Amino acid sequence: MSELTDLYQEVILDHGRKPRNFRAMADATATAEGLNPLCGDHYHVFLKMDGDRIEDVSFQGNGCAISKASASLMSAALKGKSKADAEDLFQRFHKMVVEGDGSQADGLGKLAVLKGVADFPTRVKCASLAWHAMHSALHGDSQPATTE
Amino acid sequence: MSFDVEAVRRQFPVLSQRPYGKRLAFLDSGATAQKPQAVIDAVSRFYAQDNSNVHRGVYDLAERATAAFEGARKKIARYIGADPREVIFTRGTTEGVNLVAQTYGRAHVGPGDEILLTGMEHHSNIVPWQMLAAEKGAKLVVVPVDDRGEVHLADFERLIGPRTRMVAVTQVSNALGTVNPVKEIVRIAHARGVPVLVDGAQAMPHMKIDVRDLDADFYVFSGHKMFGPTGIGVLHGKAKILEAMPPWQGGGDMILSVSFEGTRFNTIPYRFEAGTPDAAGAVGLGAAVDWLEGLDREGAEAHERDLLAYATGRLQEIPGLRIIGTAPGKVAVISFVLTGVHPHDVGTILDREGVAVRAGHHCAQPLMERFGVPATVRASFALYNTREDVDQLVRGLHRVREMFP
Repeated sequence: MSELTDLYQEVILDHGRKPRNFRAMADATATAEGLNPLCGDHYHVFLKMDGDRIEDVSFQGNGCAISKASASLMSAALKGKSKADAEDLFQRFHKMVVEGDGSQADGLGKLAVLKGVADFPTRVKCASLAWHAMHSALHGDSQPATTE
Repeated sequence: MSFDVEAVRRQFPVLSQRPYGKRLAFLDSGATAQKPQAVIDAVSRFYAQDNSNVHRGVYDLAERATAAFEGARKKIARYIGADPREVIFTRGTTEGVNLVAQTYGRAHVGPGDEILLTGMEHHSNIVPWQMLAAEKGAKLVVVPVDDRGEVHLADFERLIGPRTRMVAVTQVSNALGTVNPVKEIVRIAHARGVPVLVDGAQAMPHMKIDVRDLDADFYVFSGHKMFGPTGIGVLHGKAKILEAMPPWQGGGDMILSVSFEGTRFNTIPYRFEAGTPDAAGAVGLGAAVDWLEGLDREGAEAHERDLLAYATGRLQEIPGLRIIGTAPGKVAVISFVLTGVHPHDVGTILDREGVAVRAGHHCAQPLMERFGVPATVRASFALYNTREDVDQLVRGLHRVREMFP
């Protein structure tokens, strides 16, 4: 059985307490909302695109340590990436956390600390919420993203 | 007859399991109550021995199924002090509110009219009225909730106006445990000729209800929160009002005769029960009523009061814990927040200690907003809980504080 400490690793607790890029962005070129209707977790993700490149990422909102840490780590990982790289990260992260494919962790850098979430089925949606919002923003969807 | 919690606990098979090797402290009865063996057996016995469709067959088995179903209706009616014709089986509280909104509401609410709710309603007692208001050009008026989680009768006096067509109020708040003075609210509304719907979902498992004494026009509740099965509930309505109400869903069992030219509708309660009902569920709810009637209810209520007082006291030892909802006389429901930790994280850590609590907005987002929190942790007690459950909760919360100092 996985332990609580596999979920609440120091990096996650740190990003949950002091989220990076946790601000609104006045000059964002794309934004999207992520909403988990079950628990009420609610984020806005802001992207500033420079052509195909993500120049800046930020987020704001309310949620648990897992959702906040995941959003924070995501924002750090996406800065400077191309749209295709962001899509690739999204797919890898999804495979690692939602499908429980731990082998994806190798290509995910710091995001690998969220691998343990896969063993906590009730928390998988927390970890993927901001990612779905980012994905919506990247693709210009106007509906709030949910993890349903 | 006295209340013996250990004897009660032995009747709930689910409570004996050991999640993660720990004793199960089930503190989420506000979401759904566990079922005593008597209820489980009644449902299973119905399917094993008495199952056939009700109100249809002429054979012995069909007669037994109908008798069991109608017997459950009579039992529930007697338990709440109603006439069996006033007991309409629904899927639960939500369906009961929707039924009233879409029949009585559609017939009586028009443009510019008002529906009065309180700020502590569950989404199920907000959204059906909001949908009706949008359809009719009516509006919702909300009675405010104070810092302790209470509503005030003076606000009802003030806000029930000439355009108020319905007052819809919960008897017990699912998120805070507040017990509202529904009898007085009904009196105030009736003095102005306004009908009242009372959401009894959270009241039924904690107290004995007499709908005649309460005098509400509609009283709705769910079976599963009062130790009965899921998928069955009751709408109680005063016979005079039900008889004048247009039908809701059309189908079998709600008709007297049908031709392509028109349909003559059945009498109450059948007019509001289209299609094959959840007969086994009704029988299970009847068994839950029998089971409750076999208990020392006063003893059970005293036991719950003791749990609430004990838990409220012990929670004070957790640094940074704030209880949301401190109304005097509330039922054993404790909503709280912990500084620096999101309720969802508290829920996961408590789970590993064998403690089942609800973490979230409790389908009461406007109320959460009122208290300036996105979510709370809710420990909701039932008569089968013990001080040991409280101790386990407190141990779990110390663990939370270790991880989130």
